[in-house]
This record gives sequence, C-alpha cells and structure tokens, in this order.
Amino acid sequence: MNWSWTFFFEYLTNGFMFRGAWTTVWLSVISMTIGLGLGVVAAMMKMYGNAAVRYIAEFYIWLFRGTPVLIQLIIIYTGLPQLGIRLNVIESAILGLALNEGAYLAEIIRAGIMSVDKGQNDAARSVGMTWRERMYLVILPQATRTIIPPLGNQFNGMLKTTSLASVISMEELMRNAQMLAQINFRVLEVYSVAALWYLLLVSIWGLIQQRIEAHYEKPFGPAAAISPEAAKELKKAMQKAGATKV
Amino acid sequence: MTQGIQNAPHPERPAMTIDAPPPAARAATSRPTKALGAPIVLIENVQKAFGDNHVLRDVSMTIRQGEVVVICGRSGSGKSTLLRCIDQLETIDGGTIRAAGHLMGFREKNGKRVALRDAEIARQQRDLGMVFQNFNLFPHVSVIENIMMAPVRILKRPRAEVKAEARELLARVGLPEKENAYPRQLSGGQQQRVAIARALAMKPQVMLFDEPTSALDPEMISEVLDVMVDLSHQGMTMIVVTHEMGFARAAADRVVLMHGGEIVEEAPPEQFFTNPRSEHTKLFLSKILSH
Ligand SMILES: Nc1ncnc2c1ncn2[C@@H]1O[C@H](COP(=O)(O)OP(=O)(O)OP(=O)(O)O)[C@@H](O)[C@H]1O
Ligand SMILES: [Mg+2]
Repeated sequence: MNWSWTFFFEYLTNGFMFRGAWTTVWLSVISMTIGLGLGVVAAMMKMYGNAAVRYIAEFYIWLFRGTPVLIQLIIIYTGLPQLGIRLNVIESAILGLALNEGAYLAEIIRAGIMSVDKGQNDAARSVGMTWRERMYLVILPQATRTIIPPLGNQFNGMLKTTSLASVISMEELMRNAQMLAQINFRVLEVYSVAALWYLLLVSIWGLIQQRIEAHYEKPFGPAAAISPEAAKELKKAMQKAGATKV
Repeated sequence: MTQGIQNAPHPERPAMTIDAPPPAARAATSRPTKALGAPIVLIENVQKAFGDNHVLRDVSMTIRQGEVVVICGRSGSGKSTLLRCIDQLETIDGGTIRAAGHLMGFREKNGKRVALRDAEIARQQRDLGMVFQNFNLFPHVSVIENIMMAPVRILKRPRAEVKAEARELLARVGLPEKENAYPRQLSGGQQQRVAIARALAMKPQVMLFDEPTSALDPEMISEVLDVMVDLSHQGMTMIVVTHEMGFARAAADRVVLMHGGEIVEEAPPEQFFTNPRSEHTKLFLSKILSH
C-alpha cells in the first residue's frame, strides 16, 4: 500500500487548495447569478415574446442544453479567438457556465411562473397594473416559492460543474489539485482532498438551502393555488434540469 | 352596515317565492327611486369569439352613473366574458365599449382606431374595479397590503395617506381587525370583502362583480351581499353578474338576462320577476325559483 497520511494532511491544510476552493465558490456564485438573470430573460422571452423573440429563446435553450458544458467552455476560450473574440480565462469560465446554467434555469423559471394561478394575473390587471408591475409585484414573488427548491439543486450542481473550467486552466479547486498532483505524483491523496473540499462546500450549501427552503415553505396562501398541470410541468422541468430531488 | 339579506335565494338552495319576498326584498320595493346620472358605461354592438365559439353576439347596453345592473343567465351565456371585455381582460372582436370616459382598449386617431398598448390599457383599468368569483387576493401579502398595493406602487401615492384610506375601507367591509391577516387565514366571505376593498382602493367609477358569492358557503353569502348593497346605496355604479335574486330585488335598478351571447331581457326588477317578456326569462326564473 502506498498511501501517505503525511501528504494527505499536507494537502488538507494546503493554502493553494484552499484558494482553489475559494475560487470554486465565487465562480459558482457569479456564474449562478448571471445564469439566473439569463434564465429569467429567456423564460420571459419564451413565454411573452412574439414569434421571433420566442424562437431566439428556444434556440438558446436548445443549444446550451443540447451540448456538453465542456465543449461550450473550450469553444468560448480557445475557439472564439479564431473569430477575433478574445476572452480571458475568468471571463470565459463565467460566460460558459452562466450561459449553460441560464438555459436550464429558463425552464425552471417558466414552470414556476406557470404555477401561479391565472386569476392572479386577472386581479393584478383589474387594479391597473402594467405587465412589468404584475410580474414584479404579483407573479414573480409567488413563482419564487416553486422556483427556490430546484434552484438550490442547480447551485449544488454548479459547485461541481465548475471543475470543468479546469480544462481552460481556470485555477479553481480541480485545477489546483491537478497542479499539485503533477509536483509530487501523490494522485490519490490530492484528489481525495479535492473531493473532500467539494463535499464540504456542497454540505455547507445544503445547510443554507435547508434554511432558505424552510423560509419559503411557510405558507402564505392555500398552497399558492398551484394547478395540477403546472405541477406536472414543473416536475418535468426539474427532471430535465437533472435535479435529483423532485 | 345595512340589515342583512337573509335567505337570499340560490340555484342550489330552496328559494323564496315571488309572492312572499323576504324582508330585505320587501324593503327593496319600497326603497326610494334614485336619480341616475349620465351614461358611464356604453356598450355598443360588442362581439367576442373564442375561435369558432361566438360568445358575445352584438351586445349593446347603456349603464348610467349610480345605476346597479344585475346580469343573469345560464352557464355559458357569456356573462363573465362581457364583464371581462368591459374591463379589458379580454379584447373585443367588434363593437365599442366606453367606460368611465375611456374608449376601452383603443385610441382614436384620425377617425381610425388604434389598439392600445399594455400600459395604456392598464391606465384605463384603474378606473374600473373588478371582483372575481374566486376572490383572487394576492396570497403573498397581508390584507392591508392587498388593499394598498395598487395605490402605493402604481399611483405612487404616499403610504400613510393610503393606509388611512385602506383602514377606512376595511371598516366599511366590516373587517377592521383583519388588517394584518393573510388571505389564507380568512374565510371565503372575508376574502371576498377584502377583494371589494382592494378594488375600491383605486377609487373606481364603476364596479364589476362576477358571481361574487357563488364560491361561498351559504352562511357567508349575506355578509358579502350586505357590503354590496351598502355600496349601491352610496351611489356606486355597479354591474353585477349574480343569481342572487334577493340582491337583484334589493339593489338592482335593472335586471338583464343573457342567453347565447345576447341580451334577451332587460327590465326593472319588479317587471323582470313578475312580468317577463322573453320565454328565456320565464324558463330561467322557473328554474331558479322552483328548486
Ligand atoms: N378564455 C377562453 N377561451 C375559450 N373559450 C372561453 C374562454 N372563456 C370563456 N370561454 C367560452 O365562452 C363561453 C361563455 O363563457 P362565460 O364564462 O362568459 O359564460 P358565463 O355566462 O360566465 O357562464 P358561467 O355562469 O358558467 O360563469 C363558454 O362557452 C366558454 O367555454
Ligand atoms: Mg361566469
């Protein structure tokens, strides 16, 4: 057996690994936030746009859900310069992850909006709200309830998906582990530590997620009047999004 | 609050006979005739179809300021659609609707009609209030916020001033202590009264009611009707789709029967109930009263 506790503990307390984990965190948060913005816009375009606008949104969702993130990242970082579009590593990583995430979130957000009872829109219009006001004051606050749980699962996935950015040399947890592995060839020890870091990050997120969900589970109304069709739609979107917990 | 309308008839419940009206209805027959103002809702030759289904065929009607019109008719006759067209929740396919000084849904430009954009329609809708069968209160905010949301967030009026008004409205619908409750904590009748207060908060010139009591348990119907009768006494112009004939007798100036997307009878309540002209009305009345 060739397992070295010395190396294991050395990696566990290694500042380089810690910085990698930190990068993983902020890369996830930024990509998720931008992805959420893209998802909202794409969902709105798909639900309320005219034919051309809808088609653009559908194309975006189809394209980014239909191709591996790995290829998306590589094309953005190493392929786009051929077209004269040069993005640095960080920009490429964020752009790729956010575009990919946005495509998945669009479907989740759409299902969330559809879960709000139609009567809410009628009521909001009857007191004279514009489309923007209806969305902002009435529809989205209620859709949030249905969107929050799958959104949490998506962020869990994002924490791990960022490891793919290592192939474009984004210095996050995975990439830093690779670099350490190449110095001492203690492959098992260094990747075990990397795996532990991911477990830690995901577990911390799990605790945060629980608290957020507990907050949003408190009823404000009779189950927010979610229709059976909407519930089905939401379930489908969550499954498509690869959520484990439905 | 006015004296309750007890035993208001309902298609599903034993109803009063025409010869022996309940107290409220008797009071209604002796109520002073009120002076009606200028026309405030003008509906002319309105058409509306959903696909091949012609739901409104050439509906015309004029409602004057302060008038209370009750619309009845069997399921599918187009009552809700008519109200929704007046409030621009549906767009009409033909004809004209003028309400509260607006040409609803359109703008006239060089004699031609241009469909309004969402924000312009919203501006027109502020002058009409609507009450729905299913209340449709905003479940994510408290009762007082339900009432204050539109005046504060849309009209940008000062919060304190709106809050004072909202409290007055809550008192008017008999729920002064429910200010901080959430809709789900209220009974159906209470929710509907809050919904009326929410609509009134925009100071509408016309109130539209789409079967406001038909989703309610029988014992809650009168508390909502009381508020509506009150409102009519205060001079509100009201168009009410309902099968509560007790309300029609107590508050209506005119009762309208719709059938197959058309108005087939239009008469003062006494005449509507005792001497209807249309066969449809006779059939409708016999069904509703002989349960
Ligand atoms: N949004 C819609 N899309 C398609 N058809 C509709 C729509 N709304 C109403 N209809 C149809 O229009 C017709 C009239 O409906 P409406 O709701 O106006 O009737 P109503 O008189 O209010 O009936 P009820 O007493 O059942 O409420 C019905 O045949 C209904 O199926
Ligand atoms: Mg109806």
